[in-house]
Amino acid sequence: MDFLQLLELFLSGIWGTVRLFTVALVGSLLLGTLLAGMRVSPTPILRIAASTYINVVRNTPLTLVMFFCAFGLPFLDIRFGSTSSFNSFVYATIALTAYTACFVAETLKSGIATVPVGQAEAARAVGLTFSQTLGQVVLPQAFRTVIPPLGSVIIAMLKNTSIASAFNNRELISAMRNAIEVRGDLVIPLLFGTALAYLILALILGRVFDHLEKKLVILR
Amino acid sequence: MSAPTQVLFDEPGPKARRNNIVFSIVSAIVLLALVAFVIWKFADAGQLEAEKWYPFTFSQIQLVLLEGMVATLKVALVASVLAMIVGVVFALLRLSNKTAISLPGTIVLEFFRGVPVLLLIFAMFLIFGNSIGPFWSVVIGLTLYNGMVLAEIIRAGILAVPTGQREAAMAIGLRPGQVMVQVLMPQALRAMMPTIIAQIVVLLKDSALGFIVTYQDLLYQVNLIGREYRNLLPTFLVGAVLFIIINLIVAGIARWLEKRLQRKTTAPSGAAGLSGTTGAMD
Repeated sequence: MDFLQLLELFLSGIWGTVRLFTVALVGSLLLGTLLAGMRVSPTPILRIAASTYINVVRNTPLTLVMFFCAFGLPFLDIRFGSTSSFNSFVYATIALTAYTACFVAETLKSGIATVPVGQAEAARAVGLTFSQTLGQVVLPQAFRTVIPPLGSVIIAMLKNTSIASAFNNRELISAMRNAIEVRGDLVIPLLFGTALAYLILALILGRVFDHLEKKLVILR
Repeated sequence: MSAPTQVLFDEPGPKARRNNIVFSIVSAIVLLALVAFVIWKFADAGQLEAEKWYPFTFSQIQLVLLEGMVATLKVALVASVLAMIVGVVFALLRLSNKTAISLPGTIVLEFFRGVPVLLLIFAMFLIFGNSIGPFWSVVIGLTLYNGMVLAEIIRAGILAVPTGQREAAMAIGLRPGQVMVQVLMPQALRAMMPTIIAQIVVLLKDSALGFIVTYQDLLYQVNLIGREYRNLLPTFLVGAVLFIIINLIVAGIARWLEKRLQRKTTAPSGAAGLSGTTGAMD
């Protein structure tokens, strides 16, 4: 395997990581917001369901969550494509989403607590319902307050995509392992290259969040 | 429910209470339907039959699970102790006022903190695996990553100790090293204890990665038993419950310590935005 082929393998690995990251990012933001909304809702059953889910999944290692998705979900006849590689991707995405959403929800909940009480009182006073108060007044402010901690959760998720490599998903670590299998003489450069790729991705993400923070964060 | 979220909705009146009950029932039905669907599907696949649970009554299987749990705890314990040492060392390196010391420290710290812990474990296993084996590959990988995270936590703790403490310590004639070891460090460790323990829980969860490099931990045994007896789901559930119990115990210790230590330090507990046992991930 010459340098160009190795590079090609690596680029496909990076693409796999970015793809997994992006889909799981959207998924965990949506699910996390839903869980946070459930946790502060007036319906006790939804509050209990959300906090049970968060406490259970958050205390389970991500590896175990992935293990369940990869081997347990097929029993539910949840299949998404004809190819096994696509199925692995979907299972990894579900696991990553299910796990990260808990941390997004916890972060958002602490953000909701920083929104001044007067905001919600005013919203109620002008006759907004609970979902209007939450969706139009409280959550937009909560999101802007929690951008820095949300950034660390998201960067942690980027690093967590690596665990999908153990469950047949194509991404950076599995590309690295493939490369090492053929070019055992290049173990250290390959490891270093992979580390560098993660550092660069994390750096880009950090910059994005710094930018968002400067533009959006509300200081109280 | 904390006070600020209660204000999101009014104290329910008769109509709201009626709506609430209707909505409660509807959401309960939806959630139950979801759970029922999952249970039905798993039962359909034969994963919930009594015979699939039967292996857990064998003392042999219980012993294997116990061994796996001990192996997981062993990795986590050794890695936690080493990570604390690495953390203190790198916190001190970064706080040094000589750039020749603090700059390399910062670079090494940012490198190990920025890459996935799985990559570090793999690196140890691929480069040194033949001589140190899977146990130390996992321990060193976990130590490098979590040590660097702990270094940042400890550094924040030291910086949060009021400057008057340092000045007073120097005024009574302590040398800089003594100021650090006898005055600043004990207060910093105390103030950051909840955050440190939250990171130990993260380390404990990450120790589940060991099975990827063939270390025979809890997850490795769960995988083995599940394949052997074709009862993947029951074994998974047992493994998950064991992990969750361990984590809840450690998190409980964190909360207990937080309460106990609250008034014994001048630095704010869980200082500088790193607070709480809930924020830590990965």
